[in-house]
Amino acid sequence: MSTVEATPQAGFAARLLQAGAHQKLLAFMSLIILLIGFSLASPNFMQTSNIIAILQATSVNGVLAIAATLVIITGGIDLSVGTLMTFCAVIAGVVLTYWGLPLPLGILAAIGAGALCGLTSGTFVAKMKIPPFIATLGMMLMLKGLSLVISGTRPIYFNDTPGFTEISRGSLIGEVIPALPIPNGVLILFLVAIAASYILGRTVLGRYTFALGSNEESVRLSGVNTDAWKMAVYALAGGICGIAGLLIASRLNSAQPALGLGYELEAIAAVVIGGTSLAGGRGTILGTLIGALIMAVLANGLRILSVAQEWQTVVTGAIIILAVYADMMRKRRMG
Amino acid sequence: MFTRRAMLGAISAVALVASGMAASAQDKMYIPLISKGFQHQFWQAVKAGADKAAAELDVEVTFEGPDNETMVDRQIDMLAAALAKKPAALGFAALDSQAAIPLLKQADEAGIPVIAFDSGVDSDIPKATASTDNLAAAALAADKMAELIGGAGQVAVVAHDQTSRTGIDRRDGFVNQVKEKYPDIEIVTIQYGGGDHLQSTEITKSILQANPDLKGIFGTNEGSAIGVVNGVREMDRSNVVIIGYDSGAQQKEAIREGLMAGAITQNPVGIGYETVKAAVAAAKGEEVPASIDTGFYYYDKTNIDDPEIAAVLYD
Repeated sequence: MSTVEATPQAGFAARLLQAGAHQKLLAFMSLIILLIGFSLASPNFMQTSNIIAILQATSVNGVLAIAATLVIITGGIDLSVGTLMTFCAVIAGVVLTYWGLPLPLGILAAIGAGALCGLTSGTFVAKMKIPPFIATLGMMLMLKGLSLVISGTRPIYFNDTPGFTEISRGSLIGEVIPALPIPNGVLILFLVAIAASYILGRTVLGRYTFALGSNEESVRLSGVNTDAWKMAVYALAGGICGIAGLLIASRLNSAQPALGLGYELEAIAAVVIGGTSLAGGRGTILGTLIGALIMAVLANGLRILSVAQEWQTVVTGAIIILAVYADMMRKRRMG
Repeated sequence: MFTRRAMLGAISAVALVASGMAASAQDKMYIPLISKGFQHQFWQAVKAGADKAAAELDVEVTFEGPDNETMVDRQIDMLAAALAKKPAALGFAALDSQAAIPLLKQADEAGIPVIAFDSGVDSDIPKATASTDNLAAAALAADKMAELIGGAGQVAVVAHDQTSRTGIDRRDGFVNQVKEKYPDIEIVTIQYGGGDHLQSTEITKSILQANPDLKGIFGTNEGSAIGVVNGVREMDRSNVVIIGYDSGAQQKEAIREGLMAGAITQNPVGIGYETVKAAVAAAKGEEVPASIDTGFYYYDKTNIDDPEIAAVLYD
């Protein structure tokens, strides 16, 4: 086993490699093996339409997982990502359908509402010193309730906003290259991933995100306003959940107010499979993206193979355990 | 190095086992059923009916549904995976009709006949809909209620929800029948407990508290009916006539004990059976009736063990 010894002076790429390369490789290899295995098992798996279906199934969970990754790297956890997504979808529904405002305003409102809720969670955690698990658990329930209240417990349809379904279902790529009708939702997932990667790797906010997770106390003692940075990370994650809300609402052509519980756990599972440490200070967006893809490929592939649903759940659980165990073994060797 | 190899090995083992399972039935006609749920006993009974038809007609059937009835997007993913398998026909119980339209169109274009089951789809794509006539079934509940309370007095409804087709139809079927046929019966309130046992219990207790002369309550699904039974028991108002809907171990026990007067049961086994039968016929290009009434029954202490009733009840 060759380990990459990166010195503190080494560049961004080397640090990235040191932080997540092995886990990412492991996750990536697992993804490839799953793809090959399912392709061999069924001729219906490796079809353009099915690959697009898998990517589309990844888009919402992937975006949520990216939001969760940011918070988890700070050493926190965000249980509210699923219901926040729903809340933002409902806000978009209110702005577009109930108030009849133009599409860009609906998009801004959803993302803005997400960021604001994220900021609120961040305030609970940073200023009021409520443990992240509790703060975001409370937020999760409040948002679930508020979604039902605001929507009047009814789904809000977007039939009056014709362009809305294009956010997720349309295909800009398909218009340029007709053979490759990748839905916009997938494109948005990758754009969000690239943006989040850039923020984590190249900006001050990214540096402090890792620093908060590694050793918050020493960062604070060196004169950094850790509270403000932490709130910024939660707000950013919230804004990303707003994007997920737009994606799911656009895909369903409706804001479904009762949806959302349980999505946080799937997002966290994708993060963990992708090698981000729940203890904080370590993680990558690429890993999370691969983690989300593994979950979607597994779900789709097992369905294609007609594996009974109860066993699908068992296999998914086992894969999570295997992925985290492999990661721990690797760390033990390196440590 | 060891762990990585172990991990890869484990994953490939899973893939191999899975491929072995899949290889068995390639030549039979394949019909996936995408349901609204999976783990509830009602859906398992639908599955049992589908499996029965599959065995008789020698086709391969799979049955899937999301963990709960809010997960509209998961159901869409399941539908997408089912279509990727190029099935001969498809059974679909839509959680939200509108959300599924693009995929249903895709199925239509690929020449895959779609049979709707349990509740209809707001579209002309499905060749047939196999479901319970909930309006008629709830009207029967109203008739039984009138009979049991002597045709006069106050009653209440604890419904499971106000948005889904089944919720609306069962409520309206009951309410309209009372209004039309029983002028001396007053429906004092209609409340919604989401089909949740505990919530329906609390609702029932407050209804009983507010209406000391209440003579009967209709619970519109399994969870609502159990909640009504619990509420009546906790308030010690055993003179209140309870009529439930669907079955389940608790509801059956309540009927045997006499706490619940009786209940309407759909025929979930029949829903699954008729769906697969219609799907096979449609796949062969035969004509299928647009609406397939899968039937319903009223059962109480006296007929709960009759073979005809026992066959459609589930625990």
